[in-house]
Amino acid sequence: MADKPAKVLVARHSGVTRITHWLNVLAVSLLLMSGLQIFNAHPALYWGAKSTFAEPWISMKKEEVGGEPRGITTVGGVRFDTTGVLGWSGAEGAREQRGFPSWATVPSYRSLADGRRWHFFFAWLFVANLLVYWLWGLAGGHVRKDLLPTRAQLKPRHILHEIATHARLRFPRGEAARTYNVIQKLTYLLVVVVLLPLMVATGLSMSPGFNAAMPGLIDVFGGRQSARTIHFLAAGGIVVFIVVHLVLVVLSGLWNNLRSMITGRYAIDLEGDRP
Amino acid sequence: MSLDRRRWLAAAGAGLGSLWLAGCDRLAANSTFNGVLKVAETWSQGAQRLVTDRRALAREFAAADISRDFKPNGTMRPQDPAYQALLAGNFAGYRLTIDGLVEQPLALTLAEVRAAPSRTQITRHDCVEGWSSIGKWKGAWLSALLDRAKLKPEARYIVFHCADTLDPTATDGAGMYYESIDLIDAYHPQTILAYQMNDAPLPVRHGAPLRLRVERQLGYKHAKYVMRVEAVASLDGIGRGQGGFWPDRGYEWYAGI
Repeated sequence: MADKPAKVLVARHSGVTRITHWLNVLAVSLLLMSGLQIFNAHPALYWGAKSTFAEPWISMKKEEVGGEPRGITTVGGVRFDTTGVLGWSGAEGAREQRGFPSWATVPSYRSLADGRRWHFFFAWLFVANLLVYWLWGLAGGHVRKDLLPTRAQLKPRHILHEIATHARLRFPRGEAARTYNVIQKLTYLLVVVVLLPLMVATGLSMSPGFNAAMPGLIDVFGGRQSARTIHFLAAGGIVVFIVVHLVLVVLSGLWNNLRSMITGRYAIDLEGDRP
Repeated sequence: MSLDRRRWLAAAGAGLGSLWLAGCDRLAANSTFNGVLKVAETWSQGAQRLVTDRRALAREFAAADISRDFKPNGTMRPQDPAYQALLAGNFAGYRLTIDGLVEQPLALTLAEVRAAPSRTQITRHDCVEGWSSIGKWKGAWLSALLDRAKLKPEARYIVFHCADTLDPTATDGAGMYYESIDLIDAYHPQTILAYQMNDAPLPVRHGAPLRLRVERQLGYKHAKYVMRVEAVASLDGIGRGQGGFWPDRGYEWYAGI
């Protein structure tokens, strides 16, 4: 028996998964950043059909505090000083009033017209890509074989156990690493079936043309300003997913994970199966 | 993870991030790339027209839903001398011109516009910036006015020329506000030239004496201070040729999204 662990390369991701994944990386990053550009045109959010300008549930703006401009973010009536990031940001001496800072928007300078042009173009790419992924996932068995948890995986004891091992950053090794664990499966399903479609539905609900075509959809979200709020919150949910996803990608083997999403091959350490 | 590796990852991330931002800015300034992005406008308009009944109505609201803080935008009070003179005379000298590709050009007084077939509607006004306000509008049916002027068959767009200069710095004569819509929206039952807002005469900040309401599109299409309605076959040669003050400045001509 060799001293080094026995590593084998297994086929991890299909071509469709890999291509749609990277197109999604491109589209979602640009949608998030052009979305913040659009948000900056009116950095405040409301609930209901119409804006109640005196009482947004969240707002970001510049205010004079003690004779000095500060970025003030108000959430549910509670004020936070977010100078440099939200409300009032930019290099020292060239600060400007903007909701999100220039490093978070596309383009970096203020342009609602450009932001919209980027947003709607990449929205089309995003939707087409998502449809390809769904159709192929359903027809080709990816959803059934790889994403739907097994009955055994859904037992509360198993889920609790997985949460406990995840929290200690212990990742599956050996044979167990061949397939997604239950937390991965549920998270990916949540993103692909709930969060991403929710972005499309709330986005469409903000279109006055689409409202006339399908008046029922906007009612589901409680009106146009609620739809804008939910669009923003769901985008925040996607950002949280991306951050956790990237941290776990790095911690569980950056190069191995990257290779598997580029070439499809994933290295498994069979040594991990030994007692 | 070692400190070195962490530093390396952070540096790589920051480097990639600034490359990405600089790349996006360069692309945003590139006209070929913008031409590609603009294709999406054609897709959005095509898809919306495909799934929407031509006469599908925008949602109408109850009186209780009317905003008490309806936000005015764009020009609040035109400084143009011709408008100031009309305002000083309480619009007694105002004439709404309807011309271009029509058989019977018209010049209507406000009383004549008020006497035309009208519609009252409580609708939501969605600004391109993201906010919404709800207001009650009463105005003359655009379709009835166009029918009276008898559109020629070549007419494809209706252009609304306004009294206000919104960009005094424009040196090419394109600083005046204007907008345009196609005949589908021009003949839509909710498309009116409004002279009343919330049961009172239209206030100056909201476009007195007449503003367009084209309810299935964003706020910037709803031209205020409308002086002249022109039927045309093409939008070339008007302003900077993109069909409106904001479309001339990079915004979509089709603002249903």
